[in-house]
Amino acid sequence: MHIPDGFLDLPTAIAAGAAAVAGIALGLRDVRRNLSPRRVPLIGLAAAFVFATQMLNFPIAAGTSGHMTGAVLAVVLLGPGAAVIVMTAVLVLQCFMFADGGVTALGANVLNMAIIAPAVGYVVYAGLRRLCGDGQRSLLFAAGFAAWCATVAAALACAVELAASGTVVLRSAVMAMGGVHMVVGLVEAAITMMVVAVVIRSRPELLDRSQRVEHGVPATVAFGAVATIGVLVFVSPLASSLPDGLEHVAHKLGFAAEAATPIAAPLQDYAVKGLVDQPWLGTVVAAGVGVAAAFAMAWLMARMLTRHALHARR
Amino acid sequence: MLREQLLSPYQPGTSPVHRLPAGSKLALALVFILCIVLLPPGSWLAFAVLSVALVAAALGARVSPRQLLVRLLLVEPLVIGVALLALLQPGGWPLFLSMLAKSTLCLACMLLLTATTRFSDLLRVLWRLRVPSLLVTTLALLQRYLFVLLQEMERMQRARRSRSFHDGRASTWRGSAQVAGQLFVRTSERAERVYLAMCARGWKS
Repeated sequence: MHIPDGFLDLPTAIAAGAAAVAGIALGLRDVRRNLSPRRVPLIGLAAAFVFATQMLNFPIAAGTSGHMTGAVLAVVLLGPGAAVIVMTAVLVLQCFMFADGGVTALGANVLNMAIIAPAVGYVVYAGLRRLCGDGQRSLLFAAGFAAWCATVAAALACAVELAASGTVVLRSAVMAMGGVHMVVGLVEAAITMMVVAVVIRSRPELLDRSQRVEHGVPATVAFGAVATIGVLVFVSPLASSLPDGLEHVAHKLGFAAEAATPIAAPLQDYAVKGLVDQPWLGTVVAAGVGVAAAFAMAWLMARMLTRHALHARR
Repeated sequence: MLREQLLSPYQPGTSPVHRLPAGSKLALALVFILCIVLLPPGSWLAFAVLSVALVAAALGARVSPRQLLVRLLLVEPLVIGVALLALLQPGGWPLFLSMLAKSTLCLACMLLLTATTRFSDLLRVLWRLRVPSLLVTTLALLQRYLFVLLQEMERMQRARRSRSFHDGRASTWRGSAQVAGQLFVRTSERAERVYLAMCARGWKS
């Protein structure tokens, strides 16, 4: 999901960069407030941990294998602010040391994978935990479903940024990225749940406790705002398949010249003809099926993992 | 061995390119990349000129071309993957090709920068630019402990493999998750020791 150099135009890159800087500032503030200096080295080492676990291979089928991104794992283990810092550091190192992800696209990459993914993940995770209670099973379930939501949200944000740069057509990018990452998200969710289960079983006290500590009102509002942006990104494809939603906004904002490239126009028509008469219906159904599948998988795996733990204790 | 080599991109040397201050090298690379990004797709002459300049800089830095190429080829599939999205448009081929050329040039530029500049020098530049200290500390610790944790992970995996007979998919998943979870436990214990060591050396947050 790392966007390389040369795929984003300048306005998009700058806008994404500004949003990323704002997100990092919020993350830093949260860490300074809620984390004792004793935990500062842990953030640095946890970044190395996330980077290392990204290199663990999980075989899927026919020689392919997946790995995890670790955004929600960091949220569950360290808390939302620290997760933002950890993921930012990982992305910066990947960009500057391994040329993975472009320099001009660093802002967008940080926004997708280090701000939107942890923020969406945190909101889903915290919300589900408040709904389902404090048990181990609900914790695992919340972590898994949050990991899936975070992956899909980051992918959709990536598609929107590419489309805003005129690199790709919005609808096909959203379909391609969203569709693929609905499946990738299942892998991410499964791995996240399994790793969290291992940590709970051996050292439950290591899990982030800040969820119990009530956040102040500004922090809640800030995270709510970031999550809203994430949700907007999630909903905007639906809106745009209603008559010209995003393009309309683009016109209003005045960067329509860049956004609506002449190449983009033919496929817009093609997509409308190629799909059902009401393409938004297909999108909604597909998204609904994806969410349901992720929900069911997270729930089943949470049951399985906790039952396993009971057996082990006996 | 190969992986260690791949994970440490810096190739020590004393060439003029190596001796340039890290800050100006970083600025040069950023300007170069910005130029490439701002060029309209299909300006092949400009791409050719820029790639000649890049090759000249690489020759001047006397870095191993094989290592640069291997690293480039490793990252290239990701670039192609994103560029494929451009093919979804009718007549996307020219766009696809110039995107590929653009991002390959940017990649080569970044690889040359990291091959001739220490990461710690780049961090010092960030520090001077007043990037928040928490972020710089995190980056420094990440870079310092990445290899340590990777080696620890490798040892744990080797131990697991030597104890298990069958290596099915399910057992690999369970095993890898176990390794990752235990790695986190060990990481937080190590972080505690690192904190004490940092305090002993006069560190203040």
